Amino acid sequence: MSTNATHSLDTRGMNCPLPILRTKKALSGLGAGETLAVTATDPGSLKDMQAFCKQTGNELISSSANQGEFEFLIRKA
Amino acid sequence: MGAPENMLAEHLDPALLNQWFDQRFEAKMAEREAAHVPSLSIIATKGTMDWAYPPFILASTAGALGWDVSVFFTFYGLELLKKDLHLEISPLGNPSMPMKMPFGPQWLKDINWKVPNVVMAGIPGFEKMATGLMEQTVKNKGVASIDELRSACLEADAKLFACQMTVDLFGYSQDEFIPEIAGWIGAASFLPQAQKSDVCLFI
Repeated sequence: MSTNATHSLDTRGMNCPLPILRTKKALSGLGAGETLAVTATDPGSLKDMQAFCKQTGNELISSSANQGEFEFLIRKA
Repeated sequence: MGAPENMLAEHLDPALLNQWFDQRFEAKMAEREAAHVPSLSIIATKGTMDWAYPPFILASTAGALGWDVSVFFTFYGLELLKKDLHLEISPLGNPSMPMKMPFGPQWLKDINWKVPNVVMAGIPGFEKMATGLMEQTVKNKGVASIDELRSACLEADAKLFACQMTVDLFGYSQDEFIPEIAGWIGAASFLPQAQKSDVCLFI
């Protein structure tokens, strides 16, 4: 999944709310339409990332869970 | 007689008028809601490490969500705005605080050391030790430090206000605090903006 994203962010090992804060920071450096692939291990990030994207208007293209690791693909609005 | 209302009533079907108004009202309200930036006001009153987390986590997260954030630090909460953060944690009189070792084999980490208050109170440096262990636990679990969360709040343009009365009361000087403080204010200045907030919390 991360192969077709223009940028990537690793938040593995970080706990709430760091994955969201780092994602916000990474997105602010992106242009509209660019994509960010985020990896996380915080189980709360699955719901938090959905809420974050909904609230900020960025598009959560996909999210997946795989053996305690989560991947998100976000397109900046 | 002949007033505009009467003319309207003669020429317009009230049912149609009501329908038009309902639709228009709905559309305008939706427009307003879409343009509304949510806001959060927090009153932070505690100065220990454990109590420092809720205001900073909520404020930094709200900032990341694009909300307008204001935090009013008063009494011991002012400690959270010091340039040098030396926040401690006290297990004394805090029966809900788990007392676990952040290192060693798993069986050791799993033990919850229930130390009686009278023993804790009698051991010099017990709070320092508990603080050190908590800092290690925070690091082990990938939880942000208070410093890091405070920086995140400032990056997100959260407005951090300091209570002027507390500064006077405790004999602090303003240069002990971070320069990013948005204002040295009192209750009368904070309340009007808290009034307009969507979410207002006392911590």
